[in-house]
Amino acid sequence: MTRLTRLTMAEARDGLARKDFSATELTEAHIRAVEAARHLNCFVTETPDLALERAKAADARLAKGEGGAMEGLPIAMKDLFCTEGVRTTASSHILENFVPPYESTVSANLKKAGAVMLGKTSLDEFAMGSSNMTSYFGPVENPWKRKDDAGAKLVPGGSSGGSAAAVAARLALGATGTDTGGSIRQPASFCGIVGIKPTYGRCSRWGIIAFASSLDQAGPMARTVRDVSIMLGAMAGHDPKDSTSAPVAVPNFEAALTGDIRGLKVGVPKEYRPQGLSPEIEKLWDDGIAMLKDAGATPVEISLPYTKYALPTYYIVAPAECSSNLARYDGVRYGLRVEGKTLDEMYAKTRAAGFGKEVRRRILVGTYVLSAGYYDAYYAKAQRVRRLIADDFAKAFQTVDAILTPTAPSAAFAIGETDGNPVTMWLNDIFTIPTSLAGLPGLSLPTGLSADGLPLGLQVIGRPFDEETVLKVAEVMEKAAGFTAVPAGLEG
Amino acid sequence: MAYVIQGETGDWELVIGLEVHAQVISKSKLFSGASTLFGGEPNTQVSLVDAAMPGMLPVINEYCIEQAVRTGLGLKAKINLTSVFARKNYFYADLPQGYQISQYEYPIVGEGEVILDMPDGSTRKVGIERLHLEQDAGKSLHDQHPTKSFIDLNRSGVALMEIVSKPDMRSPEEAAAYVTKLRSILRYLGTCDGNMAEGSMRCDANVSVRKAGEPYRTRAEIKNVNSIRFLQQAIEYEARRQVDLYEEGGQVVQETRLFDSTKGETRSMRSKEHAHDYRYFPDPDLLPLMVAQDFVDGIKAGLPELPDEKKERFMGDYGLSSYDAGVLVAEQANADFFEAVGKGRDPKLACNWVMGDFAAAMNRLGRSIDNPPVSAADLGGLIDLIADNTISGRIAKEVFELMVETGKAPAVIVEEKGLRQVTDTGAIEASIDAVLAANGDKVAEYRSGKDKLFGFFVGQVMKATGGKANPALVNEILKKKLG
Repeated sequence: MTRLTRLTMAEARDGLARKDFSATELTEAHIRAVEAARHLNCFVTETPDLALERAKAADARLAKGEGGAMEGLPIAMKDLFCTEGVRTTASSHILENFVPPYESTVSANLKKAGAVMLGKTSLDEFAMGSSNMTSYFGPVENPWKRKDDAGAKLVPGGSSGGSAAAVAARLALGATGTDTGGSIRQPASFCGIVGIKPTYGRCSRWGIIAFASSLDQAGPMARTVRDVSIMLGAMAGHDPKDSTSAPVAVPNFEAALTGDIRGLKVGVPKEYRPQGLSPEIEKLWDDGIAMLKDAGATPVEISLPYTKYALPTYYIVAPAECSSNLARYDGVRYGLRVEGKTLDEMYAKTRAAGFGKEVRRRILVGTYVLSAGYYDAYYAKAQRVRRLIADDFAKAFQTVDAILTPTAPSAAFAIGETDGNPVTMWLNDIFTIPTSLAGLPGLSLPTGLSADGLPLGLQVIGRPFDEETVLKVAEVMEKAAGFTAVPAGLEG
Repeated sequence: MAYVIQGETGDWELVIGLEVHAQVISKSKLFSGASTLFGGEPNTQVSLVDAAMPGMLPVINEYCIEQAVRTGLGLKAKINLTSVFARKNYFYADLPQGYQISQYEYPIVGEGEVILDMPDGSTRKVGIERLHLEQDAGKSLHDQHPTKSFIDLNRSGVALMEIVSKPDMRSPEEAAAYVTKLRSILRYLGTCDGNMAEGSMRCDANVSVRKAGEPYRTRAEIKNVNSIRFLQQAIEYEARRQVDLYEEGGQVVQETRLFDSTKGETRSMRSKEHAHDYRYFPDPDLLPLMVAQDFVDGIKAGLPELPDEKKERFMGDYGLSSYDAGVLVAEQANADFFEAVGKGRDPKLACNWVMGDFAAAMNRLGRSIDNPPVSAADLGGLIDLIADNTISGRIAKEVFELMVETGKAPAVIVEEKGLRQVTDTGAIEASIDAVLAANGDKVAEYRSGKDKLFGFFVGQVMKATGGKANPALVNEILKKKLG
């Protein structure tokens, strides 16, 4: 274990600038860490040679003083971002051997900023899940352990579980994630790191394998608020190749971290205290509110009355879009093909073999809700409710500048500990889904530990394209919380 | 005259609505930058978007929107400033995305109209229900390999306009006139080349029959008819089939049928029970399409004179009949040719020549208006020679044929062949005297009241002068001499 992997992204950046170490050394340290942590199963594909090649190029640019915002910083890439010449699987059998001849806009932006890709991280298949257990390449293990039960293997959350576990285990300084209903924030919470889902439209979706187009959004995961600020700046930007990408300028997110939130009003939605909410989570939240107050912000109780409809709405809209988005995996042009006697048989065999159970379930749900005779009752109604949920937030943001909620209803659970009911799993995203439906930025940061010694996260939500306020509030809380715990084996 | 099918139980009326798929003239596809050129090597005009690679996203081609708006304006239709692209979901090997991006609830163009020019010179109005933009699919080739189908994605993603008529047509002829007129308008606008053989214009017909005064009965949809002649045949066959079915006590089922042009019949393709459930929903990859009124106004200001206005002008300014004007304006190039010939000349004479001898020569030689057998200038020159009495109309026909044959200018031919009309009264008188002297018996018969022999004398004089005598002078002098 080398100290280079313990640096934050900002520290590593500054160290490179001071020539304390080279990008190659930094990258080599991370490659060794990746190799040493293979038991966690964070990566679907490791790309050490490519990483070293890029690190050398980064050193050359740094030497000439031409480095980008993330020059020489090793990161992990969720295996949902298409990477030119590097296998991109979406953690699915159907794309097991797919090598794209193109680079997603976000990964290209990171490359342009000088970031060094260490490999492609595992995820729930096609980003559908909250545990990383639906990956075709097997579950990812959370590096955190329960205090008194070191034997239990915990999930890292999902769908960006490989990225979250890799960042928590100090295998990468940061990682890309994508978030459709909580896929950045919930694993960030489970793994004790920071993750932000930016405003829908902030990062280009071009080249990211689609799950639910109206919800999917890329974002950074790292160990500090400053680090996600740096990385978000490199990832974001208008892209004419994505019609839903917003033509807005990318601010200097790091500059927003002023540490001053005096006078800000922070909403505390009463609907996020459902019956049966764990007292641990409730306390975490109350502590968070106290931190804001201490920093001079004003907590304001707000109401988001349509919150209770968010989960059912999401589980109509997202599967509907996924059922259509995944139709292209048909065995005709690329990916897995299982031959059949007829075209229909080929489709059926290919898709039955290629997709896992959760993906098939969502395709079926989505196909059902879009069917003739059901469209109005489900999809059309869900879209109307989605509007109302967005209106709730819009109304709240007339009086508050940010909103604070828990990120997830629990700490990480153990692999195989769930009851097998898919709905139980879906409930993991109860606090993150409303933000996704409204397209708003939401950030999770670790602010405390559970009784079991596992990290717990709080979520800061902001106005559309006001990631700056979200980051500013989060950084103040980060300082106040003083969260210094690390996963098992990384102490000292 | 209303078109009816006489059945055992009485007269049946046809109800026809047409859906025309018109390929938009544009350099690149509706949502990608790939080329739309026809006839490329298979799979050479395919972008990552067209092949539906993972993570690819559609971006609307603004020129295709402009073309759709232009077409809408040409159909005197309402332009919807906000429209929405939706996904039409179904699986097929030549549909890479597993859905077609189309417009469903909110098309870019709403109600409009097309005026039909019927062969008898009358007109009829057919309503347009809507026009929407959508992607074409690729092409499946089933005859390239004994057990496999091949897919060509060159066409995948090319922009189509689906133009849906109201069920306003009542005969196969009206359906044919509708497609003819629609094609003419699209060609004038430059929004579709209307080439049915190459598939850039395809037609589906919704056909039902009913007794006079009844509401609509169940319709059958005949898919992908690729010529106007086949369209008429398909409708005739289908209407008769439905009448027979009803009269045998059967029922028409709502279904899709295919027209077999070799057998001249329609047959069931898939019934409603097997119909696709397309699961339409708004495409989340695309924002609602907004066009500004200024954009629409700009296109409107640049519209060319369309067939209906041109026809009106030809009738008003040139005094042409509705039929003649309708025929001339059907193709813009024909109308332009006519105007070039008629400019500063007698328009009716120009019309007769263009639609008569000229059109006949063009058909005979398999030439087109872009490569005419005689140039507009030469045809105009010929008309000038008639107008200034250099040659007679009869000689002009001879000169015209020589023009076609030799490509020489009419004045040159008249000089070379010595076809200049004889207007010297002395010479004509001499010829007449000779004819009358040689036909004393006929002269006597004429004078005793056999008036129709006048034509005989004219013919003899013309023969004697090699057809060059001015016919009006011959008539005048002959009448005087015969008393």
